[in-house]
Amino acid sequence: MFARRRFAVLKNLLEYIGLEPGRLHFSWISSAEAEKFQRTAQEVVEAVRKLGPAKRLIKDIRKVA
Amino acid sequence: MDFEAVTQKIREIAKRLLSEGQVDAVLGYREGTVPMRERPFFAYTPEEAEQLVWTPFCCNNLANFLIRKPKGEIGKWGIVAQGCVTRNLVGLIQENQLKREELFIIGVPSPGMVDRRKVLDKFPGKTISQVLVEGEELVIKGPGLDERLDMKTVKRDNCYTCIQRNPVIVDEMACDKAENDSMGGDIDKMAAPWESLDPDQRWQAFYDNFKDCIRCYACRDACPLCYCHVCFVDESQPQWCGKTQDFADVATFHLLRAFHCAGRCTDCGACESACPVGIKMRRLTSKIEKDIRQMYGYRPGLEIEATPPMSVYKPNDPEDFIK
Repeated sequence: MFARRRFAVLKNLLEYIGLEPGRLHFSWISSAEAEKFQRTAQEVVEAVRKLGPAKRLIKDIRKVA
Repeated sequence: MDFEAVTQKIREIAKRLLSEGQVDAVLGYREGTVPMRERPFFAYTPEEAEQLVWTPFCCNNLANFLIRKPKGEIGKWGIVAQGCVTRNLVGLIQENQLKREELFIIGVPSPGMVDRRKVLDKFPGKTISQVLVEGEELVIKGPGLDERLDMKTVKRDNCYTCIQRNPVIVDEMACDKAENDSMGGDIDKMAAPWESLDPDQRWQAFYDNFKDCIRCYACRDACPLCYCHVCFVDESQPQWCGKTQDFADVATFHLLRAFHCAGRCTDCGACESACPVGIKMRRLTSKIEKDIRQMYGYRPGLEIEATPPMSVYKPNDPEDFIK
């Protein structure tokens, strides 16, 4: 419940700076909800695959090291 | 605002407090070594109190200097405080970093502080050796330079949208309170300037805004909210944030710095005033403060008894984003 407030602010902040909508997902899943967990994981993977590889907030260690 | 009269009054109060032994030191501003940069100053004796000043260049947030004191060094402090500084003092009291009885607050209504960058930008290539205040005007002097500027046109961005010019908590005022607590600007219109852009433009705007950051951490050090003994950027085990100038590291620092201030930032503008390269951090932090205002109806630092928004929850908090 405390986390809900923090995540609400964090999600808005990350989308405010231009993280593509659909890259960041939140879900409540109980340990008894295996089916929901499986479904959510699939949805997240599909949504992120559509957006392609992340380019923002990514550090290429070969360039900076 | 009559700065000279307020200066005299602050000195008078400080001298009285120090000579009567009511406080051990008075924290205020004194003239800086360069124009338009007054610096924080601890007056320990009535003689030292003669150096205190009040000008439109008091950009440091003095609340910041009370939390860095070694524990137990000083019993009671006098502090010269305008609206935003008292809001930060309220925040520090809420967070158990200070006690109200440790403070003697010398209150001053804020006239809105001058952004020295805005003044410097008006005279490119010129050296400014002296800046005087005459009524509502600044007189700018230097080699081949004798100009006047209307102070209203060169204030800091955050001062235009100030909602609390008068001190929230005060023990003695150095002059009458300002008629309006608000400076008149609408923060909801100015906050979060990138909201109207699409994601690509937002990222570009974010990049352009922070690309010049040299990671000196002046914004963090000037901030009265940042009092962790070891900041997350200084931790090496684990290393939360890379030390390079790569934009991913720069962005991580600024995002997390802003996020740590969520629901606490009073928009005092000390970070922007401290920045040596003129980065506008408020374009980022104002988004969080706007969200907090709209989602949880909270403005930081206005009441000591209020509960900070990030340490409570309500059953009906927004949760549309959770699937």
